[in-house]
Amino acid sequence: MIETSKSVQIEELQSALEETIARARSEQNDRVKKKLIQQISRYNSSIDKLRNGRKISRQTKRDLIAYSFIAPNFIGFCVFTLIPIVFAFALAFMKWDGSNPISFEGFNNFKRLSGDTFFKAALKNTIIYCIGTVPLTMIASLALAIILNQKVIGRGIFRTLAFFPYVASLVAITSVWKLLFHPSKGPINNILYTIFHVSQENLPQWFSGGLCVVSMILFSVWKYMGYYMVIYLAGLQSIPGELYEAASLDGAGTWDQFKYITWPQLSSTTFFVVVMLTINCFKIYDVAVMLAGGGSGELTVSATVLVYYIYQKAFIDWDLGYSSAVAMVLFLMVLIVTIIQFRGQARKEA
Amino acid sequence: MKSAHRKAIIGKIIVYILLIVIAAIMITPFLWMFSAAIKSDREVFKMNPFVFIPEVPKWSNYVDIWTKIPFAKFVENTFFLTIVVTILQLVTSSFAAYSFSKLEFRHRNGLFLAYIATIAMPWQVYMVPQFILMRKMGLNDKLLAIICLQAFSAFGVFLMKQFYEGIPNDLCEAARIDGMSEYKIYSTIMLPLSKPALATLIIFTFVNTWNDYLGPLIYLKTQEKKTIQLGLKMFISQYSSDYGLIMAGSMLSLIPVLIVFLCFQNYFVEGVASTGLKG
Repeated sequence: MIETSKSVQIEELQSALEETIARARSEQNDRVKKKLIQQISRYNSSIDKLRNGRKISRQTKRDLIAYSFIAPNFIGFCVFTLIPIVFAFALAFMKWDGSNPISFEGFNNFKRLSGDTFFKAALKNTIIYCIGTVPLTMIASLALAIILNQKVIGRGIFRTLAFFPYVASLVAITSVWKLLFHPSKGPINNILYTIFHVSQENLPQWFSGGLCVVSMILFSVWKYMGYYMVIYLAGLQSIPGELYEAASLDGAGTWDQFKYITWPQLSSTTFFVVVMLTINCFKIYDVAVMLAGGGSGELTVSATVLVYYIYQKAFIDWDLGYSSAVAMVLFLMVLIVTIIQFRGQARKEA
Repeated sequence: MKSAHRKAIIGKIIVYILLIVIAAIMITPFLWMFSAAIKSDREVFKMNPFVFIPEVPKWSNYVDIWTKIPFAKFVENTFFLTIVVTILQLVTSSFAAYSFSKLEFRHRNGLFLAYIATIAMPWQVYMVPQFILMRKMGLNDKLLAIICLQAFSAFGVFLMKQFYEGIPNDLCEAARIDGMSEYKIYSTIMLPLSKPALATLIIFTFVNTWNDYLGPLIYLKTQEKKTIQLGLKMFISQYSSDYGLIMAGSMLSLIPVLIVFLCFQNYFVEGVASTGLKG
């Protein structure tokens, strides 16, 4: 008796479901369609419930399916990214060598930072490197993008050439740079000597003293400009062509067109490029180690950078708390730049 | 009219001169590397006259590098890491991104916020606690550590999610009405549609993992576990004046990246552009 009433009920639901499906298929209005689809899933779940008396609701089942998609990535992400991040914040206020018991230090690590000359040198070099690299890379990549945005033969080849330094491995290309800029034998200094008659003792020592940072900046501009050029190219291609047509009808020259059309139209792209560049500059490590590092990769005061000091303090001196305090300084700088970016974007959208 | 025409021609000439100069700056280091890799140490720095290919090219540099250091082992390790990381990254990111962009479920925003919160967090800030954690898990000096380190980035999820959001929801909903399961929708509809995004992610992950230096430096200590980048750096500090050999090793380390890049470069450029604009 109960069985039959159940099957009748199921049949009723089934026909209602089919009707809704047919309506949903022909429905054009998105909102109505969504409602119909919800309706369908409700029918489906009641049929399910009647059929096998299931306890798990449709919603829970949907959640479980969604979580099953996320889980492989999220678990790895949690364990290897989220937990270490929380740990990093805590560690900055601790003293620990990795094996003995941890002790709480309060702000002592940060107090130590203010008197640490090597840290100050690292911070200073990182900032100088940023100040040099960011505008130069931006200008170079914008100029390159504007040139490559013209109708020129072999555009694709030039684009590939400009982009290749970006994907090439750092160890390989820094080793060429070190030979090209070799202080006594390299071709660059050779040219300076034979063509520009720079005297032997005045030849630049590219990888020692104050010139370290200059070499790092030159190298980075060369390596990374291709990447930002591609971003600028996309920005340029989104500028409507009519703007230029109208301008050239009004007799605006190339410079005026750049000043009044290209530059303002690219402002959001430029903003993004500058922020990305700044954040990436703060993270500099391998460029410094490869170009200016000694045999085992050690850096002197004139070439040290923040990430190098984090590495050194943690993995050479095993002063983990202090190393994390340095890391917090890095984080703070990146955070400030990110906040500026969000502010700028919000202002644009407002 | 004539003067305008002349102006246009002069403009074109300037553009081409600039292009050639820039292209020369970009490519000279690579050409020089190629040339130095087949020279003896004495010829490398010879300037007058400079010869691009020496009379007796020292191709043996490319052979010797395999015996001077365990280069084959380094290549094997790097290939293994790069391929495993790339596959894991592709599968897990596209999986998670599908859920975040096309499914509705409880705590969706909260979970996604966890990813967003870390996007501005440089890896260098938490690399030390991460190392401590992995050491606790017994992963120190294991290739598996690099896999765990690289395979679950928030970046991949973002990239894929951005792409999936451009695919109309109607497609999935029509499939749902037809009674397709979410797994089926993902594998038969979404995955084939997202080839450009997948290609972009392949190159980004491949290039990053292949070229990574600091990660392997922290984790891989024994010689047999090292990657090409570590091995090459080690070789450079040991034999700092074997210029020809250093250049030959460098050339070899560039080839896989060059191949992957040339195969997918159009997608890559598209991908960079799209992550750039929305980022």
